[in-house]
Amino acid sequence: MNDPLVPTPSGKPARLTGPALIGRFAVIGAVVAVTVVAFCYVGGWLAPQRLTPARLINQLQANAGVFPGYRRNHAKGVCVTGYFLSSGQAQTYSDAQVFAPGRTPVVGRFAVPAGDPYASDSSVPFRSMALRFALANGQQWRTGMNSMPVFPVTTPQAFYDLLKAQQPDPATGKPDGAKVGAFFASHPEAAAFLGWVKTAKPSASFATEGYLSLNAFVFVDANGVRHPVRWRMQPESTDAAGDAATPSGTDYLDADLTRRLAQGPLRWHLLVTLANPGDPTNDATKAWPSDRRDIDAGTLVLESTQPQESGPCRDINYDPLVLPAGIEASDDPLLPARSAAYATSYLRRTSEEAHLPGTAAALPKPETKL
Amino acid sequence: MNYSSSAQFTLAARVLHWLMAAMILTMLFIGVGMVASVSERHDWLIRIHKPLGIAILILAVVRLAVRLRHPPPPLPVDLPPLQKVAALASHWLLYALMFAMPLIGWAMLSAGGYPVMLSESLRLPPIFPVSPVAFAVLRHAHAWLAVLLFLTFLAHMSAALYHGLIRRDGVLSSMTGIRLR
Ligand code: HEM
Ligand code: HEM
Ligand code: HEM
Repeated sequence: MNDPLVPTPSGKPARLTGPALIGRFAVIGAVVAVTVVAFCYVGGWLAPQRLTPARLINQLQANAGVFPGYRRNHAKGVCVTGYFLSSGQAQTYSDAQVFAPGRTPVVGRFAVPAGDPYASDSSVPFRSMALRFALANGQQWRTGMNSMPVFPVTTPQAFYDLLKAQQPDPATGKPDGAKVGAFFASHPEAAAFLGWVKTAKPSASFATEGYLSLNAFVFVDANGVRHPVRWRMQPESTDAAGDAATPSGTDYLDADLTRRLAQGPLRWHLLVTLANPGDPTNDATKAWPSDRRDIDAGTLVLESTQPQESGPCRDINYDPLVLPAGIEASDDPLLPARSAAYATSYLRRTSEEAHLPGTAAALPKPETKL
Repeated sequence: MNYSSSAQFTLAARVLHWLMAAMILTMLFIGVGMVASVSERHDWLIRIHKPLGIAILILAVVRLAVRLRHPPPPLPVDLPPLQKVAALASHWLLYALMFAMPLIGWAMLSAGGYPVMLSESLRLPPIFPVSPVAFAVLRHAHAWLAVLLFLTFLAHMSAALYHGLIRRDGVLSSMTGIRLR
């Protein structure tokens, strides 16, 4: 018998037969199998319990329904445009171009944080503001903020569990109170949120609300020094409308916004809060003490509004991790989850706009909603 | 022509082949890993994914130039014609995907209206007009062509190992540069 590795005198290696041949095919098969298994493991196909962006979005859809073309959360909203006028005061802490004195154009979106684009404006007691700053150097800053002092949960897993607990019972069409209760009983970090939401009521206007980043970020100054921050938009419109009784009807926010903008631009101040050493940057359920230093980074001026179905905000994914040089993500675990989940929501809604095969078909007109 | 060709790929072709094989395989794993993650892994993987993908695009240009200047060594004369065609077709498919994957990644971010950031401050210009429809099509193409790339890679690797372990005809060593004699 020839040693398979030693060539025959002709220079041609001996033909492999029997176990030697099978053994070598087995080696090849094993290499392929290991590669495929590793690929599937990394891709999450072998780990159905892993929390993925798709599972988060599926759960949002299970709770609210699927409304083709619309965002999977904060679905009801309206576009706004205007600009940000920087005061220059945040420049010491971040060398992002948006903070140099001057104007940066903004395309924004106000929304009612619910999954149903036809929900009543009163269905949730808070509002949201999303902004895209288009910097002159081509970089962008995108942020989505909510009008609540703290977030209910710290981690994406807890957010998912909360959504699951709130999933409407098919029998009643309403969440099961016992499940929601059990969730909050096992999530003491939600206490601050629950304390606030008890007395919160839906505002009559987007204009009178303040909007908070909730998640922490890091400003990086020109010397590379890092400053943990949170920010919020403080309204200049502080008329009684915000405190007034919630109007009746289901769609009063857009009309209010249009009426106010007809009288002139609306303004907010971008207040950037600097953390003290030790303030938590990875826990959106904890507000920082109120004595922390605020910088008035400039004024957001909103001049006009457009419907979300045709306005410039429709096709923007307000991914909070689209950041310019000078602003970075903190260690807040909600941030990467938001980034990943918004990308999935964005892909689904743009696929529906494109009428790609396999995507949900367009719904009939809103009037015929289920 | 001898049965076992002693001809080899040029050093440049071999270095590029193995460097890019490692990079492309890494990209496939990073890609499927990041879209299945909501943890901080999602963020740091995507920050590797974009510059590494563009680096592959640049190397692919260099590699194609090397390939056109230095034709590859001939396949063994006794290789069945069908296998020769398969080898040739799969190599050109791999080349096509080496260009297509990063270009589609770049184009889809452009179509989605995202700034194409390769680092904190290094930004590529958009190569496609902003369009949600184009974004959706390109984003799905990026995912499906990645699957095609992975399957082609599996076939390619199996074929290489078949040459190296079973036929032992010098094809594998023409790329590794190692001769088991
Ligand atoms: C893991 C937790 C979270 C998940 C899974 C989640 C999910 C989503 C999704 C799927 C969208 C729709 C995105 C799109 O299609 O463009 C959305 C929108 C939004 N989210 Fe979240 N979210 C989370 C946490 C937060 C937090 C902490 C805030 C705090 C400020 C926030 C504020 C917003 C805002 C303002 C929008 C509206 C953006 C727009 O108007 O386009 N979210 N969220
Ligand atoms: C050889 C080059 C590349 C390979 C093999 C590759 C591979 C992949 C894979 C496998 C995925 C996951 C697709 C899915 O299952 O949905 C992915 C996603 C993605 N890739 Fe690439 N890619 C390449 C180049 C690029 C480049 C150059 C860019 C951008 C400049 C890019 C941007 C992205 C983005 C933004 C995603 C989606 C992330 C998300 O939705 O969260 N890729 N890529
Ligand atoms: C994603 C990974 C890979 C890619 C994209 C790739 C691509 C290519 C391409 C395009 C060629 C044609 C020659 C050239 O122009 O460079 C080639 C040749 C070759 N590759 Fe790969 N390759 C990969 C991985 C591998 C692996 C893992 C092996 C071995 C186990 C391998 C073994 C070979 C061999 C032996 C040749 C020479 C074939 C001949 O003589 O015609 N490759 N590869």
